[in-house]
Amino acid sequence: MPWLTVLIFLPLVGGAWIWVRANGQVEYARRGALFVTTVELVIVNFVWLVAEPGGDGYLYIERHAWIPAVGIQYLLAMDGLSLVLVLLTALLGPIAVLVSWNAIQHNWPAFAFLLLASQAGIMGVFLSFDLVLFYVFWELMLVPMYFLVGLWGHERRLYAAYKFFLFTVTGSLLMLVAILGIYFVHGEQTGNNTFDYFQLLNTDVSGTRGMWLMLGFFVAFAVKIPLFPVHSWLPDAHTEAPTAGSIILAGLLLKTGAYGLLRFCLPLFPEASAAFAPVGMALGVVGILYGALLALVQEDMKRLIAYSSVSHLGFVVFGIYAWNLHGLSGAVILMLAHGVTTGAMFALVGMLEERSKTRQLSEFGGLLSPMPRLGAFLLLFTLSSMGMPGLANFVGEFLVLAGVFQHAAGLGVAGALGIIFGVVYLLWMYQRAMLGALRRERRWVDLKRREMVSLGIFAAAVLWLGLYPAPFLDILQGPLGVIMESGPHLSTGEVSGGQ
Amino acid sequence: MSTWLWLIPGSPFVGALTIALLGGRLPAARLPWFACAAAGISALTVAAAWLGGAAQEPLRQTLYIWLAVDGWQPSVGFTLDRLALVMVTVVSGVGFLIHVYSVAFMDKEAEQRRYYFYMNLFLAGMLVLVLADNLLLLYFGWEMVGLCSFALIGFWYRDPVKAAAGRKAFTVTRIGDTALAIAIFLLFVQFGTLSFDVLFPLGEGDWEGATAVALLILVGALGKSAQLPLQVWLPDAMAGPSPVSALIHAATMVTAGVYLIARTHPLFELAPGVQWTVAAIGVLTIVYGASCALAQHDIKRVLAYSTVSQIGYMFLALGCGAYALALFHLATHACFKALLFLSAGTLIHSAGGEHHIGRLGELNAGSRTVQLCFLVGAASLAAVPFFTAGFYSKDAILTAAWVAPVGGLLWLFAALGALLTGVYIFRVYLTVFHRSAEPLLRPRGRLPTPIAVPLLLLAALSLSVGFLEFPEGSGGPHTWSTWLESELDLAKHPEHHTTRVLQALSALMAVAGIALAFPLVRRERAGKSLPWQSFLQTGWRFDALYARLFVQPYHRTASALARWVEQGLIEAGLNGLTRGFWVMAAGLRRGVEFGSVERGLTFLVVGLQRGHAMLSATQNGLLSRYAVSVTTGTLALLGFWLFWPWGG
Repeated sequence: MPWLTVLIFLPLVGGAWIWVRANGQVEYARRGALFVTTVELVIVNFVWLVAEPGGDGYLYIERHAWIPAVGIQYLLAMDGLSLVLVLLTALLGPIAVLVSWNAIQHNWPAFAFLLLASQAGIMGVFLSFDLVLFYVFWELMLVPMYFLVGLWGHERRLYAAYKFFLFTVTGSLLMLVAILGIYFVHGEQTGNNTFDYFQLLNTDVSGTRGMWLMLGFFVAFAVKIPLFPVHSWLPDAHTEAPTAGSIILAGLLLKTGAYGLLRFCLPLFPEASAAFAPVGMALGVVGILYGALLALVQEDMKRLIAYSSVSHLGFVVFGIYAWNLHGLSGAVILMLAHGVTTGAMFALVGMLEERSKTRQLSEFGGLLSPMPRLGAFLLLFTLSSMGMPGLANFVGEFLVLAGVFQHAAGLGVAGALGIIFGVVYLLWMYQRAMLGALRRERRWVDLKRREMVSLGIFAAAVLWLGLYPAPFLDILQGPLGVIMESGPHLSTGEVSGGQ
Repeated sequence: MSTWLWLIPGSPFVGALTIALLGGRLPAARLPWFACAAAGISALTVAAAWLGGAAQEPLRQTLYIWLAVDGWQPSVGFTLDRLALVMVTVVSGVGFLIHVYSVAFMDKEAEQRRYYFYMNLFLAGMLVLVLADNLLLLYFGWEMVGLCSFALIGFWYRDPVKAAAGRKAFTVTRIGDTALAIAIFLLFVQFGTLSFDVLFPLGEGDWEGATAVALLILVGALGKSAQLPLQVWLPDAMAGPSPVSALIHAATMVTAGVYLIARTHPLFELAPGVQWTVAAIGVLTIVYGASCALAQHDIKRVLAYSTVSQIGYMFLALGCGAYALALFHLATHACFKALLFLSAGTLIHSAGGEHHIGRLGELNAGSRTVQLCFLVGAASLAAVPFFTAGFYSKDAILTAAWVAPVGGLLWLFAALGALLTGVYIFRVYLTVFHRSAEPLLRPRGRLPTPIAVPLLLLAALSLSVGFLEFPEGSGGPHTWSTWLESELDLAKHPEHHTTRVLQALSALMAVAGIALAFPLVRRERAGKSLPWQSFLQTGWRFDALYARLFVQPYHRTASALARWVEQGLIEAGLNGLTRGFWVMAAGLRRGVEFGSVERGLTFLVVGLQRGHAMLSATQNGLLSRYAVSVTTGTLALLGFWLFWPWGG
């Protein structure tokens, strides 16, 4: 059974089916979308359970010729790294449907199709090992997201969608150039023109040429992550997107950037990346502190969480460029943790917005008394976000810092300041929203069953990752070890840019 | 016995989980007793551990591997050695008593589920902290108690001041926590492990990182234990309910720093400078806390500053290498300070929430039992010679301080603190309980049993625990320090004569302090206040200083970044870019489209018109000219086909 193809095309075909067949019936569309995403989740879990790693560490590989004349294949593969991210993608699917249940007011069938199509695109990104195919999926996930923001978003949705599109398209064009570059370099060296990732791994790209090609990839990924100073699309897109869109954006789209670094930037251009690592770590630490500081002065709760994403993803990049097993494992765990934590935070803000039609912190206050359940969930995810041990983010942040300290204690200390900065803005947010006297006289309704289910799934994931991350760390050791080996034998101290 | 070790932190943890998930199903009246049972099982397990031989041989249990990366496998595992045994006994014992006390104290509160959830979770976190067999798990407990402290200080969150106090506590302690985290990273990078068994003893060799790491651990301890300069959160933490203050902000959590330094003491011995700093910060904090306590009017704030000051004695002992004595004072302090807080809480409760000592005295709300308990606590705090536990523990620390480097100065500060302690606590006692005027409230009847029993038990302990360790040089037993000797070295004391003199002097200090309280109270009743009243009452104006030095600049930086970098640089840059494109497009439209293209099109049109005119000329209707054209054309084509080399 070609499981990987199923994973990608089930949401796409399912979504199209819903769109065509729904005839404008809302109930049909959302039940159908829930069904498709749930089936997808079941399949992913099944795939995880029955997976047996081959000799090369890959659990599944599917290879078919596509356009042989120029060496393009339909090449899908899954290793541990892809697996955990596919798991996250599948997990967020049903939740995105559940939180949209009543929030989406018009044209549910089209919404369902676009949501599922972006999920399919993201699945494809995590599973493609042919660079052209990767590029196709990379763009495929962008287009539905553009429409999700632009059609179902809030007040300034067109501006946000436009900005999001321009930023990412600019980045991905550079990546396309870099893809063609490495294709020709490889062809020149071996006489074999191919976009096959496994073969391109052996390409010898060094010197300035390697650096430029690496930067082409890096910029595309940096925009997606997003790194300071190309993060500017993120607060707008997050804020204006519908809740499900924010969850997909924060939970998954940002991860594709970090995934790209891990999958392409580092292994394809080890030398250039190693030379670049101090800059990468510095960009990471700037992102950590800058995001945390900016989050403090936001009035819009969604914008605040968006800036907290900049801070967390800074940690991810920090760990990736530390380039040792601790840093890399921490970065991937933090990607998962951020996916569930921030996804849950966006879901919560969405629930608040459904009840009050506002996201402004100044309009909230004292909400813990009418909504104790919502308050308890928000506290749980806030704590996870600030790196409370026993919850998801801590494991990632701790491993990242443990990795960084092996190379550059100075940078590590700067990153550790993020622990303090995080507590400042997150507690401030919690206090303004939940504590104090009830500010506005309105009838607040506590969480309903459907909302409890979606948040409960998030909560379980946060606790699992925090208390027993071993299953995820185990399946990551193989692929991350490969990335380690691809490195130009960094020993302690070689990347000590921060000392 | 080892297999049951997990039950010590596990029982309150399961209790907290049950309350969180199923607490709504439990009848509201059963909930407090359920939480007490969870705490009680924990205390019983500790008792069983005492009987089961933990006092001789350490017990160990590893539950599972928490993280496993690259051969490094920090586990969730517990070690119950003698140091940990002292701590779990104090924590679970006092914790259980305060749970019982809460049953009666909190019975009118609406949101008991939240209260007992955090109380149980706190116990679990604190017990994990002291039982952890590695630094990472210790950090887990360390943060968990910080969270519970935050949530319980802000228990009455509808009052924004109280909610802010919780946030302040969390933020300030997080500064210390971050230092601790950095220390953990440095230890990990150096040794590749965080397990206490492997890390300590560090071995004979010097390690130049020891100073930095010890300093960072010290900062972590200062944050949690509210020592200078991170003490600012503790007085505000009194916003929480009194049992919370007793348990978290007096008896257990705030002593976590003392435990941490005792646990990592081999590191401090490698860094004598840092160790002396511990003692120096200790004595400064003793005087600081005692002087601030003198000027407070809120009974709980007096006790809070007193806690700050008393933990200073423990730090002094740690800094002098008298670890066992630090723990001894920790244990006695847990008893008498919990006693003071619980009796103060009862008093406040019966006075309808009044905190001001002067008005409490006017109301005269305390019953005989409460007065007696407060007196016992106050006497023990003031270290009244021979009868009280506080005397035995504090006295020993004072003599041990004498032999440290610059010991005379340390001793002088500590003795001054001892004097002030007597003054401030008896100022409170006299103001509250000895009012000559007619009482406004009649003392109530009997105290409810859940309140009376913990009070009396703690009072008994505050008088008796001291007999475990008699003063140096006297004939009595030294059970405590000899028992801990295998893990924590014996304290050094000065020679016999000096010791005797010092002991006499410190006993004198306590008595003199109490005596001084009488004229002070008389002065205050006459309406005269202390010199520097407002300076002392605001805690030496630390809050204002920190607001100016850190809080405001931090907020200003954030706003400046938002305005100048985010809006001014990045957004404006993007707008500039977009604008540039627009200008370019407009320019192209003017220059290229209107200029070249338009003109070109005009040319084309004109050209076409001319051509059309010329072509039109061919269609003039003259048959002869048509015939000529057709013939010429045909000939040309024929010629092409016939004579063109590649044609046809």
